[in-house]
Amino acid sequence: MIKIEIDGKQVEVERGATVMDAARKAGIHIPHFCYHKKLSISANCRMCLVEVEKAPKPLPACATPTAEGMKVHTHSAMAVKAQQGVMEFLLINHPLDCPICDQGGECMLQDEAMGYGGSASRYTEEKRVVKPKSIGPLISTEEMSRCIQCTRCVRFGQEIADMMELGMAFRTEHSEIMTFVNSTVDSELSGNMIDLCPVGALTSKPYRYTARSWELSRRKSISPHDGLGSNLAVQIKNNRVIRVTPVENEAINECWLSDKDRFAYEGLNSTERLTQPMLKQNGEWIEVEWQVALEYVANALKQVKSSAGAEQIAALATPNSTLEELYLLQKLLKGQGSGNVDFRLRQSDFSADGKRAGAPWLGMPVAEINSRDRFLIVGSFLRKDQPLLAQRIRQAVKAGAHANIVHSADDALLMKANKAIVAPSALADQLAQICKALATAKGQAVAGLERVTVGSEAAAIARSLASGERVAVLLGNFAQQHPQAAQLAVLAERIAALCSGNFGFLGEAANSVGGYLAGALPATDGMNAAQMLAAPRKAYVLLNVEPELDCADSQQAMVAMQSADLVVAMSAYKHRATEYADVLLPIAPFSETSGTFVSTEGRVQSFKGAVRPLGDARPAWKVLRVLGNLLDLAGFDQDSSEAVRDEALGGQDVTGRLSNHLDLPLQIQGGTAGQQGLQRVADVPIYATDAIVRRATALQQTADAAMPAARMAAAELQRLDIQPGASVKVSQGGSSVLLVAKADEGVPVGCLRIPTGCAETAALGPMFGTITVERA
Amino acid sequence: MLSQQITALVDKELKKYPADQRQSAVMAALRFVQDEKGWISTDDMADVADYLGMPKMAVYEVATFYHMYNLKPMGRHMITVCTNLSCTLCGALDTVAYIESRLGIKLGEVTPDGKYGLREGECMGACKDAPVLTLNNRKLCARMTKEEIDKTLAELDKS
Repeated sequence: MIKIEIDGKQVEVERGATVMDAARKAGIHIPHFCYHKKLSISANCRMCLVEVEKAPKPLPACATPTAEGMKVHTHSAMAVKAQQGVMEFLLINHPLDCPICDQGGECMLQDEAMGYGGSASRYTEEKRVVKPKSIGPLISTEEMSRCIQCTRCVRFGQEIADMMELGMAFRTEHSEIMTFVNSTVDSELSGNMIDLCPVGALTSKPYRYTARSWELSRRKSISPHDGLGSNLAVQIKNNRVIRVTPVENEAINECWLSDKDRFAYEGLNSTERLTQPMLKQNGEWIEVEWQVALEYVANALKQVKSSAGAEQIAALATPNSTLEELYLLQKLLKGQGSGNVDFRLRQSDFSADGKRAGAPWLGMPVAEINSRDRFLIVGSFLRKDQPLLAQRIRQAVKAGAHANIVHSADDALLMKANKAIVAPSALADQLAQICKALATAKGQAVAGLERVTVGSEAAAIARSLASGERVAVLLGNFAQQHPQAAQLAVLAERIAALCSGNFGFLGEAANSVGGYLAGALPATDGMNAAQMLAAPRKAYVLLNVEPELDCADSQQAMVAMQSADLVVAMSAYKHRATEYADVLLPIAPFSETSGTFVSTEGRVQSFKGAVRPLGDARPAWKVLRVLGNLLDLAGFDQDSSEAVRDEALGGQDVTGRLSNHLDLPLQIQGGTAGQQGLQRVADVPIYATDAIVRRATALQQTADAAMPAARMAAAELQRLDIQPGASVKVSQGGSSVLLVAKADEGVPVGCLRIPTGCAETAALGPMFGTITVERA
Repeated sequence: MLSQQITALVDKELKKYPADQRQSAVMAALRFVQDEKGWISTDDMADVADYLGMPKMAVYEVATFYHMYNLKPMGRHMITVCTNLSCTLCGALDTVAYIESRLGIKLGEVTPDGKYGLREGECMGACKDAPVLTLNNRKLCARMTKEEIDKTLAELDKS
């Protein structure tokens, strides 16, 4: 430790800490622009000049290492003169347009100029003008003349997003922040550059000119999208969410947000919002009062129960629903005598049900990811499925950790990795090979793997894992949706045990852990999500579900919906349910209700509603509670969502209920010889995961939301005599869609990558299985 | 695509650096492109980026930062006149004006026949011989009075 003195205060800091670090520790503010605690030091804005005793001239605090006995003055005559001088230079070319600038009121330059700027400029020459460039639908560079060249955005791209898309071209007065030849910024973390920009040069395109920052009220909330549970500041004007920014939480999202968490709010204000309960009568949709709609639902459910039996009633919910909603939904169903309730809509293998020791979770705190030294990531579109978790893994890899990937698609992960990219049917075998190689290396025997032959890729991965001290074996969304998900999990658990590592599941959605804790699972005699759709029920209650987009087999889900006598769709949106539903109940999305999400690390995070529900929409937990009352069920008298939460969790501590252990034997299934056609590899595109995101207009214009294509290896295209770019007919389960063929060397031979979750491919069958493609 | 000659030169350059730091060769690679083509197009920059495994924007930063990389065709004979302080004190602006009038182009332009290009340069380290200019970044011409310019242009006209 080093002792230094700043403005007369004694501070003790680690060796190697800078004067800026020491000042922050002592709570002393040094003006700065280019310095950011999460980015490398660049010391180019010069705003943090301070006086250091015995140094002949002012030194930049952000780049000056501390030394024993150093005496620093941040507000001495020399320091202030230097800071004022720098400020005068920064303002030379900065436009004086604060009154119309989007950053006005929350601008670092504006704030510091109040302290260090002159009241008038001595500069009378022409100011520099930078032409705006289009860099995509999320970030506006319309006023690039405001840029003070701090390069925070460039360093963010290089160091955090790991895609250097923005750079500083040209030199001196001509330097400009721009992309390479009019390309767009496509990083899934790009929105953070808006926060990082200390001036109004990079602004949010969807938010621009909708409010001044002081008109907004800020409410804390939790992201309803991926499993990380990012902390949000939902910002409101006139009872409308018009911006979302991060709330810093070092243990979860640090100070970042993925673009999905940041820009999905546009979906909350979509014109497709359902604002009034609706009943279908004689084929016509009519708006009704809540009382009428709920009584209709209660009577209809009673009728189905008495005429066909309770087991004809089924309930499906998305894992983006809150804990309270999921808890009351399952209570409602089970109270009526039906055990058919599930939230794992994209899962296809349920053989682990009843064999789990607890709710599957990450297996470690999120913050611990950075300290792992070996990763085995199985079946995950990591960057798109968990953007900020992926960022943590990349940081670990840059610090020396090894990443090992077993997957059926070789997407750019922006980090070095050992990869085994195999067809979905070979995923389990690949893991078995790794398991066997590890066991051999450790001198242990694993029963059931005798017939497995270890290939070179598996051997390399096993070597990497064996050499690690802090191993993490993580199963991604794809592995959890896989038809052999349970076996993959058993193998992954064995592998983790062999290298004394952590084994975990990357949470698919905001409440994937919460769904288990809420008990939104089939009862012992109940049906799971797949069974409910495979054997159509007479009545369905849908909570936030768009069956053709949210289910493992969209085709089958639609058939089940269309053949049902009663479909009650509880949704924030008017969606395709208008074709098959009988009642539409407008429920509040996360911003309009209180609730709880349990993140993938098992963190219980409750939030309050940020705005009043739109129109006649109501929080779903209240709707379900009233329905419970109307159905004369006991235990539906909670008066707050907190009461529901406490009932569901039985106290706050859930750590004891989390476990990834599966009580299942290892069963290696035989090969997949004799399979006809290609195997489907289905990803859920990053902006197609849930109902809110699907309606976020700006996100839907990004490169990640481009039209789905039929992607396959060039060899496969050649074999089928299809030209890349040609229109092809893709068929599965008796129906077909037209897509554009694309060559993608990341897709294993014998596979065809077709996304799910989008309208263009909703007519197709299951996410896994055989699929055929031919020239259209 | 980079030509075989260029990739061969770049490969030779890469031997000077650690294998995991291929981007060290970016300046040399851009120079090889310019030597072959006379200028560096954005397509060439993208090719260099792919070859060295670095972000395209990082190559663009380098190519636009350094003055001696041509971002557009600058003619068969590119004349670069130093306009830094020493040369300017010794009459560089007159030199520029005279060349401009002889060639009928302004600084940064190329004659319509693509034969001559004229551009402004930074200090060439020969201030004692000011005003100076370079031909195609290779040949340094010192004390460029009107007579010297006429002589130099007459020689270039022949080629």
